[in-house]
Amino acid sequence: MELSTLLPFLANVIVGGLVLGFVYAIIALGYTMVYGVLQLINFAHSEVFVTGAVVGFEVFRVLAPVNMNGYLKLLIALLAAMTISGLLNVVIERLAYRPLRGAPKLVPLITAIGVSLILQDVLRVIEGFQGRFDLTYTLPTGFSSAFCGPESSCAPLGKFLTGIGVSLQLKDVILIIVSLLSLAVLNYIVNRTRMGKAIRAVAQDRVTAGLMGIDGNRMISATFLIGGALGGISGVLFGMKFGTINAYSGFIPGVTAFTAAVLGGIGSIPGAVLGGLLLGVLEKLIGVSNVFGELLGIKNLAVIDDSYSKLGAFIALVLILIFKPTGLLGKSNVEKV
Amino acid sequence: MTAALKSPKVTPDRTILLVLFFIVTSAFLLVSHNGDLLNQMGAVGTALKNPIVEALMVSLFLANILFAYLWKAAPWARALVGIGSLLFVLPAAGREDTSLLDLSIQIMIFAALALGLNIVVGLAGLLDLGYVAFFAVGAYTWGIVGSPRFAEILRYFGENPGGTNAGTLAIGLVLTVVTAASMMYINRLTSRAAPTAATTWSFRLASVGLVAGVILTVRAILVLMAPQADGLANGLNAGFFWLFLALSIFAAAAVGVLIGLPVLKLKGDYLAIITLGLGEVIRVLANNLDLYSAGSQGITPIKSASVPWFDAAAGALGFAPDQYYLLFLYVLVLVMIVLILTVNVRLDRSRIGRAWIAIRDDEVAAQAMGVPLMQTKLIAFATGASFAGVMGMIFAAKQQFISPESFVLNQSIAILSMVILGGMGSFPGVILGAAVVTLLNLRILPGLGEATANVPWIPQDANPGQLQRLIFGAILVAMMLLRPEGLLPNRRRQLELHHDDNQEDESAQGNAGALGTASGDVYSAGYAPAKEDDKAGGSR
Repeated sequence: MELSTLLPFLANVIVGGLVLGFVYAIIALGYTMVYGVLQLINFAHSEVFVTGAVVGFEVFRVLAPVNMNGYLKLLIALLAAMTISGLLNVVIERLAYRPLRGAPKLVPLITAIGVSLILQDVLRVIEGFQGRFDLTYTLPTGFSSAFCGPESSCAPLGKFLTGIGVSLQLKDVILIIVSLLSLAVLNYIVNRTRMGKAIRAVAQDRVTAGLMGIDGNRMISATFLIGGALGGISGVLFGMKFGTINAYSGFIPGVTAFTAAVLGGIGSIPGAVLGGLLLGVLEKLIGVSNVFGELLGIKNLAVIDDSYSKLGAFIALVLILIFKPTGLLGKSNVEKV
Repeated sequence: MTAALKSPKVTPDRTILLVLFFIVTSAFLLVSHNGDLLNQMGAVGTALKNPIVEALMVSLFLANILFAYLWKAAPWARALVGIGSLLFVLPAAGREDTSLLDLSIQIMIFAALALGLNIVVGLAGLLDLGYVAFFAVGAYTWGIVGSPRFAEILRYFGENPGGTNAGTLAIGLVLTVVTAASMMYINRLTSRAAPTAATTWSFRLASVGLVAGVILTVRAILVLMAPQADGLANGLNAGFFWLFLALSIFAAAAVGVLIGLPVLKLKGDYLAIITLGLGEVIRVLANNLDLYSAGSQGITPIKSASVPWFDAAAGALGFAPDQYYLLFLYVLVLVMIVLILTVNVRLDRSRIGRAWIAIRDDEVAAQAMGVPLMQTKLIAFATGASFAGVMGMIFAAKQQFISPESFVLNQSIAILSMVILGGMGSFPGVILGAAVVTLLNLRILPGLGEATANVPWIPQDANPGQLQRLIFGAILVAMMLLRPEGLLPNRRRQLELHHDDNQEDESAQGNAGALGTASGDVYSAGYAPAKEDDKAGGSR
């Protein structure tokens, strides 16, 4: 590869990684919020996320013949996915985690794994009844078109991106905008509202918060509702980005997003976003390391191709946990005897 | 102490019942797996061939061994049932129906895996979600050298020798010896004085050097062996099986230590997620290192050991030549289970076992009492891993085929569910859990699926044979909610998890009387007596 084409290529890779990173960031928020409040890895979150993706698929499928604005369809899909995923998450918490409050930590963790297995098969059976397994998104026309053709008049940022050779699709831009909007809303809820204050109080110390008149169980339910809704949003975005989804495809993005949450410091909301973006870029970079291998003449690097890209998350996870277990933005927790 | 003071329940002697049950189920098992006999029996034969009935027969038969363990009976009857069913009836039925032998081997492999994971999770309290990685290490160790893959690798290294081989070998050997020696030296140094930053870092450096040395040595040996590639077209001589049986223990234990060294600093959820990640790393590597693992196509055919006198004996007993290796593996795995169980029981009662339990119950307190945390955890990891390594090798020899598909996360979760279902920390419980889950997965659910395949009102997608994850998940959740201590619980753990039922910890009840206050009713507002008629602080 010529050096002159390398820069646009790199820019393309990094922007693609950021787009992917936003999906991971929103999934990671679901993990990080629940972890922040309950200190529980909600393994079922990856299935909540897939449920959101399935709901989004169904909405797009049903609305496909309807003559309606594409953005309105997307809005309906997002709202439906948020509602259903959020409620599902609340139900899971009520049935599987709440009875186990105060049990040894291993117990709810195993329940979470169990719930995730149950949901995988339930989703598969529900979709299987209609004879579907791999769900392919039928997006409104226009979503997959180029965001900014070279000849069209577009915003300065779009012009700049196109100028350095980055090709973006409209759906990527929608994805980034939706992610940023949901981040803003989440930020408002957590930091500016009474409920957010109560959730933060419960996260800090449930017993003391209870003494101050905060209903811990209600706040935990609220956290699960918000986390599930974020899972629903990310499911629809994931479906839009990758096109297909099936009942079992939650695992890899789930683990990646959890890694993102750990990378940023689990329990920290800006950390989850930072971690998600970093992992997205890292994954894209590993996926093209054969190009660098060719460029630098390193034979061993040239073997690493896209099939290794998922390893990036795991290797990052191992390295972070070894060297900085609290994550980039996390606070250390001193153990008291 | 109330639990200890309860008078033991008087259980009736069930010798006769046990023997009768054994005879009846053995007869059914032998009949229902004899194809010729079934064909002559007409309607009864067809009924016995039904997959559900067949699964039921096998389950009932295996229940024998459980009853022999649980019931109070004369020792001779228990021994008769145990030895008789495992050594005579099962092989005899397996002679007519090889799948039964296959199933028994599978159950025992999983039992051994569950026993290994039980050490890590049940005794030491380290939640490992990537346990199947060690199983994969064992399987691939023998899978590569015991199959044509080995010749391919040798050929590749013959074509790409890279550098002088004798030189590489010398450098590799020197590096290995020097780093190993320095690691031992640093270890001795730190055992006397507290480790400093310098010793820690030099130890890490030496371990990296050791890995590099071993890799260089192995590479040089492979290159030197390359000219013999054609002679080894079918893999190593099967006689090397025994050598590799020992090697797979060490390989898996070494991987256990390698993985454990960095990650065992972490606790709880973090350890779970990182082991999950490492398990996935090993699977992705197996999927991508095409040269060594043949990628997703998998390696086949993998040899099993050939023991001439054993084959002759099996032949004399009426086994067909293609069943020899299965019978051999059956006996081997049986011996292995006995060995592993012995090791387990002895470890549990040893200093190490008590250290594991101390760490599980309270890491900080254990450390304060002088338990070396890292070392003890590493031993747990390596012991568990070594059991998995041996079983992985036997699994490879039994299947004659391995691919990354066999080592996915769901396998780790299945093994974990065996441990939990049976009862963490309890050896008989864990074996029972393995038997139940394996039977469910390999016989009962597929049997149900087969029997309901043509029932019109059950749709294909909701066929019980396809709902393995759902049933697994439901078992996990239900067990955690209803009976977190498992089917055959470990006594200590049962007491822990039902702490409130036999509450003796007076601090929670507010033992004001002990403080010498005149009134017994002064206790903190937050702690009410658990039950109305409980004695709470002083006398009522």
